[in-house]
Amino acid sequence: MNFDDLFGHIGQHTVDGLSKGAIYALIALGYTLVYGVLRLINFAHSEVFMVGTFAVLGLWTAFGVENNPPIGQAILFLVLGLIVAAVASGGTALALERIAYRPLRRKNAPPLIFLITAIGLSLVLVEIFGLVLPKLLGEAVPSIFGRARIILGMPTIIEQETLFTVLGTSITNIQLIVFVAAVVMMALLDWFINRTRYGRGVRAVAQNPETAALMGVNQERVIMLIFVLGGIMAGAAALLWSMRFGFTQNSIGFVLGLKAFTAAVLGGIGNLRGALVGGLFLGIVEVYGATLFASNWEDVIAFVVLVVVLMFRPTGILGESLGRARA
Amino acid sequence: MINKLRGMERRRAGVLASMGDRWQTLPKWQRSLGLLAFVAFLYHLPYLGKLPGGLVIPGLNGLRTDSISGGSNWSGVLFTCAVYVLVAIGLNVVIGLAGLLDLGYIGFFAIGAYGVALFGSVNSPVVQWFQAEFNLPATWAVTWAICAFIALVLALISGVILGWPTLRLRGDYLAIVTLGFGEIIRIVARNAENVTNGPQGISAIPGPEGPPSPDNQVFGLIDVKPWYWLALTVVLLMVFAVRRLEHSRVGRSWLAIREDEDAAAVMGVYPFKFKLWAFAIGAALGGFAGFLFASRYAFIDPTQFNVNLSILFVAMVVVGGSGNMIGVSVGAVLLAYLPERFREVADYRWLAFGLAMVLVMILRPQGLIPSRRRARELKDRAAQAEEAPAHV
Repeated sequence: MNFDDLFGHIGQHTVDGLSKGAIYALIALGYTLVYGVLRLINFAHSEVFMVGTFAVLGLWTAFGVENNPPIGQAILFLVLGLIVAAVASGGTALALERIAYRPLRRKNAPPLIFLITAIGLSLVLVEIFGLVLPKLLGEAVPSIFGRARIILGMPTIIEQETLFTVLGTSITNIQLIVFVAAVVMMALLDWFINRTRYGRGVRAVAQNPETAALMGVNQERVIMLIFVLGGIMAGAAALLWSMRFGFTQNSIGFVLGLKAFTAAVLGGIGNLRGALVGGLFLGIVEVYGATLFASNWEDVIAFVVLVVVLMFRPTGILGESLGRARA
Repeated sequence: MINKLRGMERRRAGVLASMGDRWQTLPKWQRSLGLLAFVAFLYHLPYLGKLPGGLVIPGLNGLRTDSISGGSNWSGVLFTCAVYVLVAIGLNVVIGLAGLLDLGYIGFFAIGAYGVALFGSVNSPVVQWFQAEFNLPATWAVTWAICAFIALVLALISGVILGWPTLRLRGDYLAIVTLGFGEIIRIVARNAENVTNGPQGISAIPGPEGPPSPDNQVFGLIDVKPWYWLALTVVLLMVFAVRRLEHSRVGRSWLAIREDEDAAAVMGVYPFKFKLWAFAIGAALGGFAGFLFASRYAFIDPTQFNVNLSILFVAMVVVGGSGNMIGVSVGAVLLAYLPERFREVADYRWLAFGLAMVLVMILRPQGLIPSRRRARELKDRAAQAEEAPAHV
């Protein structure tokens, strides 16, 4: 129990936690959107994020981006990266919906079957990126059973440096970019859902699918839309992740996805603003916890938080919002 | 192509069903005789294709995993199959009968394995602590048979501890929480170095004749046949026990809860109690499987209990046919045996498991060998979907 470190540098830990939590929050949006409308946990969403990181890696490798490019190039590659990751992740999410969920919806399958399908899909995606693609691309990959897929490094696009220091808390440029970018993306999504015509369709289907259908909302299109939106957010998260942590791996999605899901539940699954609150909260709790115990307990903290939240407040901090009309 | 697949699937299922019907109509003595012959065949399996006097039957011999170059020990593979069948039977109680998707089943398996490792091995910190505290000789450790009991009880208790807070949650949430639980167990096993030896793992885990040594006559490390027979015996006993349970009041309550929890509650079945029972019994079976696994290999470390294996367990149950003991056993055997026999494709095993899960769920959600009741339930839901197409 390292209380001195925690309270001595509480500002620093908070900043670290916030910038970490912002990424969780972006991924959490994908869970929350799908859950809000379809009442189903898209377990394969973590792999949608993973595909995004590989898209970013592929783009940067294809253009031969080196460490610390000039600022103009850096911005260009970040913007390109955002587009490519958003397209890749959004496309993956849409493909998942088309291939797996739609036939099940037609059959009115029980929720368990959706979940098992999603688990299978996520396993397939992980293996495609860990085994099939490296073989196709001709890279030597140690194929030790189940693990030891290699970690792939990415070029540093922006060198991490301290921008300014407030009360002994230093804030780096990357932390700031990650945080601001995530909040801007979420604000955009919030605006889209709450203010546009398409967003109204989403809210209508979330509240009552039958009535929405009677009012002329094309349900299939709404479902496609939420999967794509969630995918785009995961793509944005993938870019921010690549920028901040600079590596990816085919199995990267599992723990991260579980944490993002925890964030979604924390904030109230089905609630977009809740995802932000939950993500930031989880990020902070995790950093505090890792300081208090040891960093190798970090993952346990997230899972324990999840169990505790589900036990005492299954509707999360802010409660449900997309589907508020349903009890 | 999908339609062609569907047609083939239907014909296959039809053949299976008619075979099942014919079996049901046989006189009782013929059925018992058939069963007895089947059990005898299972015990004979380590000698599959090998006649006394060194003669080899080519067709049967090809089924053995040691008939290919670099293949694994055939009895060893059989042992793994038996342990996985035990896991599948336990998980089937949780998923198939009670309808609770448990993605952290590996946690119970690990607890069972650590149950025997921590108390039975002289290398475990727990045993060493006992030795120091009570001035025991350095060779002292808890005997294997008592360890079996400890492993079983530990797994049972952990099932109750996990189930108590989480079983109030509905399906999807429960799945994610149990997934987290499996990870927690693994991380604790890795990090709690002064209890579990951390990443180094624990060696010298005892078998029925004590810790591994050249003195062990029957349960040594070289000849795996006795281990297989032991595991098979446990499996058969458990199949019998779970079958009785399934047809008891408890089993009927599970089915009622799986089909409609609210309706079951209204009819006077207290869902929480029976769900907890299912969880605890499933956990105990998983723990016992882990116990056998650890005793046979005499060494465990936390990396053996990763999430992929947990998902493999779920795949065994759902691909085979959740709710049907024969189905899940076949699923377990297939998923353990195929990658061993066809080593060329062993790299692709996880990809294949994932694809199998998706395909089976889309084409045939009741699994390859379904339980009749489950097949009917899913048909009902599909019919409802036809009637009300607007519903999501």
